[in-house]
Amino acid sequence: MNDMLDRLQRDFGISDITERKPTLTTLKVDKDSAERLIRELRDRENYTHLNFMTCIDYIEDGIFTLVYMLHNYDKQHGLGIHVDIGRENAEMTSIHTLWAQAWTYQRELREMYGISFPGSPRVNDDFCLEGWDQIPPMRREFDTKKFSQERFGHREGRHSEVPRDQMKVELYPNRGGDEK
Amino acid sequence: MIKSLNTEDTLENAGLTEEEQKLFSNARPQAYEPYPIKAVEDFANWARANSLWILAFGTGCGAIELRPLMTARFDANRFGVAGRPTPRQSSVFIIGGYASVKTLKRIIRSYEQMQGPKFVICLGICPVNGGMYFDSYNTINQFDQYIPVDLYITGCMPRPEALVAGIIELQKKIKRGECDGANRYVENFDWYKANQKKVIKSWDMPDYNW
Repeated sequence: MNDMLDRLQRDFGISDITERKPTLTTLKVDKDSAERLIRELRDRENYTHLNFMTCIDYIEDGIFTLVYMLHNYDKQHGLGIHVDIGRENAEMTSIHTLWAQAWTYQRELREMYGISFPGSPRVNDDFCLEGWDQIPPMRREFDTKKFSQERFGHREGRHSEVPRDQMKVELYPNRGGDEK
Repeated sequence: MIKSLNTEDTLENAGLTEEEQKLFSNARPQAYEPYPIKAVEDFANWARANSLWILAFGTGCGAIELRPLMTARFDANRFGVAGRPTPRQSSVFIIGGYASVKTLKRIIRSYEQMQGPKFVICLGICPVNGGMYFDSYNTINQFDQYIPVDLYITGCMPRPEALVAGIIELQKKIKRGECDGANRYVENFDWYKANQKKVIKSWDMPDYNW
């Protein structure tokens, strides 16, 4: 395990190696060497399964972090690969040549975050949002509540309770909701 | 019993291409007029109330409550409830919880294809005011803006017992002749269409799906 990580560090310049639990390690790699690293892991290190790929929006740092979660069935070990890409004109190398199912994830990321994956099949087609005319909704600058109220309306009479306070009132009605 | 078709007042079907427009009807929907003799209409309503065929289209998480309804434990068949695989054969549409915009398009299409008399039951809190998805970018908040609703069963989620109670309540309402949702849809057709087109931006189907 450590041999592999040492070699990857030498060859691909991986950093931030963190053992989250015995069966999961995460690491960080540059955008340019990410596709080569993932190919190496699949073909040489037996991480043959792509669990999922997703994106985290760090709007404060101006980056998207793409997460590729790979799995090795022989070692029963998972490897999370984090790749930082810029938020402006976000673009990433497509990995649909490694796993055919990746193009579905990439199509979703294209729709939800606006990340483009050149060469990925049908990446610009509608996925969940048909006829979407706003900025991609999972970007954090998108105000979903405001959008929802403008487009879908708002029905009066809605109120919400803090469950903890509400349960105190219900459990101790004689003491005015006081626990003591 | 059906109003004569006014051929001059037709729908635009602007969402279709020119070729497709030839394939679809552009007639407006027609309102149902009750039988002139009240006893006959009452008899018809009694018959309708005891033969509720549900469209087997699970439109949200609440659809999971429809499965136990048909099992021996809750046995919805004793109320004359049966599941049908196609909107053409069903009379009751149960909206199972939240409806996303993509699903709403299919709901409208299925609802319009159902033959009258047809009834809509909304399950859960989401069709009422959005429920826990009140601030979602893709979930509608007030279902009755798009399709007329005959009965709400609120809760998150209502159990099958609540659903059975709702079906009994719907039967009572039908027998009283108060379930006029389909007629409201026809009378306020332009208002409903405008609301639907406000949220569904990719409108590529006929204005009324016969």
